[in-house]
Amino acid sequence: MNILKIITEIEKVDPEVYERLDQRRQMFKHFAGFGKKLAVAAVPLAMGSMLQKAYGQSSGLSAQIREVLNFALRLEYLETYFYQLGLEAPGLLTGQNRSDINLIYIDEQNHVKFLRSVLGADAIPDPTVNAFDYTGAKGGARPALLPNVFSNLGTFLALAQSFEDTGVRAYKGGAPLLISNNTVLEAALNIHSVEARHASHLRTMRRGGPQSEPGDPSSAPQSWPSLNDNGGPAPAITAAIYGAGNPASLYPSEANVVQGGLNVQNISQVSPNEASEAFDEPLDMGTVLAIAANFIK
Amino acid sequence: MSHISHKSSEAENAQEEVLVPLQRRAFLRYSGASVALGGLVLSGCTDDRLNDIFKQVDRNSGVVNVGSGDVGILNYAYALEQLEAAFYAKVTQEQYYLNATRAERIILKDLADHEKIHSDFLYAAIKAAGAIPIKKLTPDFSSVNFASRASVLGTAKAFEDLGVAAYNGAGKLISNPAYLTIAGKIVSVEARHAALIRDLLQNGTFVGPDVVDLNTGLEKSKSPAEVAAVANTFLAQGSKIDVSSLPKD
Repeated sequence: MNILKIITEIEKVDPEVYERLDQRRQMFKHFAGFGKKLAVAAVPLAMGSMLQKAYGQSSGLSAQIREVLNFALRLEYLETYFYQLGLEAPGLLTGQNRSDINLIYIDEQNHVKFLRSVLGADAIPDPTVNAFDYTGAKGGARPALLPNVFSNLGTFLALAQSFEDTGVRAYKGGAPLLISNNTVLEAALNIHSVEARHASHLRTMRRGGPQSEPGDPSSAPQSWPSLNDNGGPAPAITAAIYGAGNPASLYPSEANVVQGGLNVQNISQVSPNEASEAFDEPLDMGTVLAIAANFIK
Repeated sequence: MSHISHKSSEAENAQEEVLVPLQRRAFLRYSGASVALGGLVLSGCTDDRLNDIFKQVDRNSGVVNVGSGDVGILNYAYALEQLEAAFYAKVTQEQYYLNATRAERIILKDLADHEKIHSDFLYAAIKAAGAIPIKKLTPDFSSVNFASRASVLGTAKAFEDLGVAAYNGAGKLISNPAYLTIAGKIVSVEARHAALIRDLLQNGTFVGPDVVDLNTGLEKSKSPAEVAAVANTFLAQGSKIDVSSLPKD
């Protein structure tokens, strides 16, 4: 069985086959390996799985990759509906604040759409805005953690920062699990850096704009976590966002200064603050979902 | 590079320091002596390894080949971090910085520290992996006006956006999940920098259609070749990087 001949045959009915293959560059990696690794008899079967991927059918994704993508999708819904309610809250967001939050909202909406398109039929159902309670009261089941989240700009931005910083850590924790699929890994990284840009900007907003000096992270943060950020904007509630995950050896707190077994503080002769600022840390799925659960009814 | 014995690595290191700056003609002149000197070392090398060593000396212009495999990716990242670190180190010595607002000085100093840490760390990590870091690159910042806010922050924006796109594009080329994790820990800090510098230039431009696809909300990646083309405009002759041996996919 000649693979090139098969593709040539496909080309007759689908002139865009090469473009499809190129978009999913992971395919070519498989392709290159086939000749060496597979017996000729197995080639048609493998070919089928390659084409399934090229044509975007999610059955080509492994169970682990589907789980990671659905985990990401849950978080994107949490963020999207949060910004939607913020933009709908009367008087909360005006002027520059409104346009900034709207930009972030559009990105989050697009992340939802993108993840759904990759997952196809395997995507979790849309939980709808009714699934969430951003005051943290779990729909009245307990006292609210942030009762004024949609009436006080400071509270709103604090929770926004928390969600985005959690998102950065969550994608970072998920990336190594996607290493077997280049297309999906790259897309996850491309969402990850956008969440980091959002987090940076929200932190900048919280201290009064880019020309305001970074100060005490509990009230006027730098645009990146420094040590564990004093537990974040609302330490009683947000400390977990900057703390260690499970296991702590793989998911250390944001105050971590040891990377790849090397002590960064010693290598560059810098303070622990500086050493921790230069690296963000991943967080495990369990810890991220526990943080998110505070805002799900 | 596990096939290279620890014993030979020092000699090999010394040998590469001799080879790297040489241009092709000079290399041919010295290669006889070099091979004799390192005969024992080279006999322990595979053909691939020999190719790597020879590739470090470009045929015409003395460019620096970052190498292949995961170590090549680490050296590629190390090259970019060196460039960023050198830029901010210069910024903090020059006129614009000295007269800037306190907020901008604090931010630029933080960025200088972070990038120096990234560069120092990658050098140490490559050594710790038993591999050889590329040489210290000589930047060429002649296109930058260090007395001008627009030039300094504009260049910072270009470097930070480039860094994010570079790490995003290189992630899939990494095969060791531990290195991917390290790259992920650095790229989000670069993205935070990029957002802040862009906001300094114009508040609210932390994301924009030049870096984030408006239809998908996904940041745009750049391939090593695309990144090297830009980075090389800020590197001096003899320090330009060649990424042609990196994994392609």
